[in-house]
Parts: sequence; structure tokens; C-alpha cells
Amino acid sequence: MIPAIAIALLQLVLFVFLSPLLIGVMRQVRARLEGRAGSGIWQPWRDVRKLVAKDPVRASDSSWMLAAGPVTLLVSSLLLCVLLPLVGTLPLPLVPSDLFVIVSIMLIGVVALALVGLDAGTAFGGMGSSRHMTVAALVEPTLLLAVYALSIPAGTSTLSLIVETRLQNPAVIISPVSLLAMVALAIAIMAETSRLPIDNPSTHLELTMLHEAMVLEASGRDLAWLELGSWLKLAALLGLLSNLILPWGVLTDFSLPGVLVGLGAVTAKILLLGVALSVGEVFLAKVRLFRVPELLAGSFALALLAVTASYLVA
Amino acid sequence: MSVSRLARLIRQSGRIAEPAPPAPTLFAGAEVFGGSVQVRFINAGGCNDCAQEVASAFGPVYDVERYGIRLVASPRHADVLLITGAVTRNMIEPLRRTIDATPTPRFVIAVGDCAITGGVFAEGYGIAGPVSEFVDVDLSVPGNPPAPDLIVEALRRMTGR
Repeated sequence: MIPAIAIALLQLVLFVFLSPLLIGVMRQVRARLEGRAGSGIWQPWRDVRKLVAKDPVRASDSSWMLAAGPVTLLVSSLLLCVLLPLVGTLPLPLVPSDLFVIVSIMLIGVVALALVGLDAGTAFGGMGSSRHMTVAALVEPTLLLAVYALSIPAGTSTLSLIVETRLQNPAVIISPVSLLAMVALAIAIMAETSRLPIDNPSTHLELTMLHEAMVLEASGRDLAWLELGSWLKLAALLGLLSNLILPWGVLTDFSLPGVLVGLGAVTAKILLLGVALSVGEVFLAKVRLFRVPELLAGSFALALLAVTASYLVA
Repeated sequence: MSVSRLARLIRQSGRIAEPAPPAPTLFAGAEVFGGSVQVRFINAGGCNDCAQEVASAFGPVYDVERYGIRLVASPRHADVLLITGAVTRNMIEPLRRTIDATPTPRFVIAVGDCAITGGVFAEGYGIAGPVSEFVDVDLSVPGNPPAPDLIVEALRRMTGR
């Protein structure tokens, strides 16, 4: 029990440091590919440090939600970092890293962000929230189904045990079930974390915004929590994805060298996946909003096929 | 554009950003930003020539983003307001509201002669006056329009990088 809690806290600390670095690396890669010099990989850190020190200006019509929502999003993302099997797969005794627990925690953050968007009563905030909920309604079933398909070979819906099964039996990783589920999961994670081609994280045009439209009214500390919360979610979900694709290096039994290997492995995997994602995004354009449901329905169909195949094959 | 064509374009163009000139001195009071400045651009009634120069300052050649300066979509996110153009009568209230919506500490940079004095538009029937008549201006970038490197230098004084 003590090692499990220690690993959970370690993951928390690691990801608070790693997630701004991940964003910095992704922005830097993109800047270099665009022919720019780039602001350096530590820039997101400087941004958050400055924002935390600034007192927020809130609209006079806004309620307590504008203050509580960002903190809720941050806490839900921090919980994801605690529960997901990132550095190690030691399950916490009271709160398992169960599929439904994880998706519910993620949904709390999604709803908090949507309420922040609605709170100030501005046109773009409401529009962003409505789009965000549309995407969320399509993404959550895909996430559930995709991980469910992965859980059938493992015989459990606990994510840390799924990762352990894949580590012990690598043949599962390149099975058709797993490949279909991974593609579905990857698309769902792109939508969940507001990346291209569903949302453009660097847009200035309100009409194309999803995530950005909801945070338009947040400032200072509120904005810092929203940004850090979204970055943590991206880092945690990329960590989950990379541990499902390449489970090697993850800690299964507590030992000091194991902890160091686990830390290094997850950091390297997340940064590599981040670079790959960033390079891929250069070649992508945002899809038209009305085609986002088609894309997400496609990923849902893949997840459904994965579940069907897992019963037929296994 | 196909992926291979785009990849070839990226390989051929390489680095477009010009070498960075030496960093100017930090603006007094801007040390609270710690090398990170978000900029909200406001056109208070100009003819868009200064706006184009600002756009090229944020483009890949001058690449002001490398000094930790980013253009944002909302005054709530901003630390620095970049204002161009003489203030038209219809823009007085939106300008004041934008300033009020920006969290402190904030700085205002007036870009171009029109924003500083009213320029050629000063006597126009729709013009209310230069920017400094309505808001406190911390830094001015003269020119008609100013070259992008002057705008870059003014913005770099905010991050000190």
C-alpha cells in the first residue's frame, strides 16, 4: 500500500513538471518546422508562473463558477495523473484505476470547463461550451468502448492490470483487436485534449475555436489553472496511450532502480509521442466542425469493431 | 497540399527567422512578467498599415514569439495592449472597456504616428483624438508605419529577452 501511494505521489510531482515541458517541446518542434526560431521548451513554464502571480479580472456578471471551475479541472487532471498507470502499475487500494473511474473523473473536468465557458454569458463562451459538450458526448463512449476492448484479453477493466497483461504477453499488443482499439483511442484522445484535427490549439479566430472559446473570459490565476489542467490531461492521456502501445519500462514491483527506470521511461515515451504528434499536426488542417462528428463516429465504429473482434478472436 | 510536397517545402525553406539582434533593456516594471508576455492587438481606427507591420513582426521572419511574446485572442489573457491608429469616436468606449478587462499589471504600447498624435487623420470628422487622450500609454513606437523591427524592439523591452 505504501509503495502504491508513493508511486502515485511521484506521478503527480513528475507530471506537474513534465506537462509544461511537453507543451514546450511540442510548440518548439512546430515552430522549427514552420521556419521559426521558437520560444524555447521552458516557455509554458514561464507563462504559468506569470499567470499564477496575476490576480484575475472577472466579469461583473460571473458567478463563483468562474473561480471554482478552473480548480475543478485542475484537480480532475491531477487525479488522472495519480490514478493512471504511468510510472508504475501498482494499484491504489481504495480507488482503482478502473476504466469507469477514469472516464468519470475526466468528465468532471470536461463539465467544469463547459460551465466556465457558459458562466460569463458571452456569445463565444456559450458557443465553445456547446461544441465542447457535443465533442465530449461523442468521445466518452469511444474511450469507454476502446478501453473495454483492451480489457477483454486482460479479463479486467483496471487500466494498470491491462498494462501489466500487455507487458507479460506482448503478442496481445499487435493483435487486430488491440490495433483497432488503439486507433480509436488515439482519435478519441486527440478530441478530448483539443488537438488538431478536431480543434486548433493556436487559433485566434473565435469561430474556429473549441477549447479556446471557453477560456476567453478566464484571466490570471484562473487561466493558469485551466491551462495547466489541460496540459496535465494531455500529458496523462499520452502517457496512457504510450504505456498501452509500449508497456516496457513501466514499474510492476516496487524497487528503487525500478522507480528510476519507470520515471525515465514514461518521460521519454511521452516526449517522443509529443514530438510525433506535433510533427503530424503540421501536416493536418482542422476539419470543418460539421465533419468532426463523422470523424468521431468513425473512431467509435473502430472501437465497436474492436470489441466485436475481441469476442470472435479471443 | 500533399504531405510529400509539404515535407519538401519544409526541408527547402529551413529556418526563415532572421538572427536575433541584441536584447534591449527591460522596461521598468516589466520584470513581473518574467520573460512571458501575452499581447492583445487593438486597431482603434487606423488604416491597417500598422496592423500589417504588427502582423509581420509576429510572422516567421521577425518571429517575435521567440522572445516569449504571444498574440492572444482575449484582453483577459493579455499583459500588453498594442494599439494602432487614431481613436475613432465609435472606438472610445470599446477601447476603455478593453483596458478595464485586462488584468494588472498591464502596459499599453501605442504603435504608429496615428496612435501617438493622430497623424494625417487628426482633423478627420470621425476622429476623437490620439490614444493617449483616452488611456495611459507606457511606450510609443513612432513611424508611419513603423518598421517591424521597431515593434519587435518595443515588445522585447517587455520580456527583456
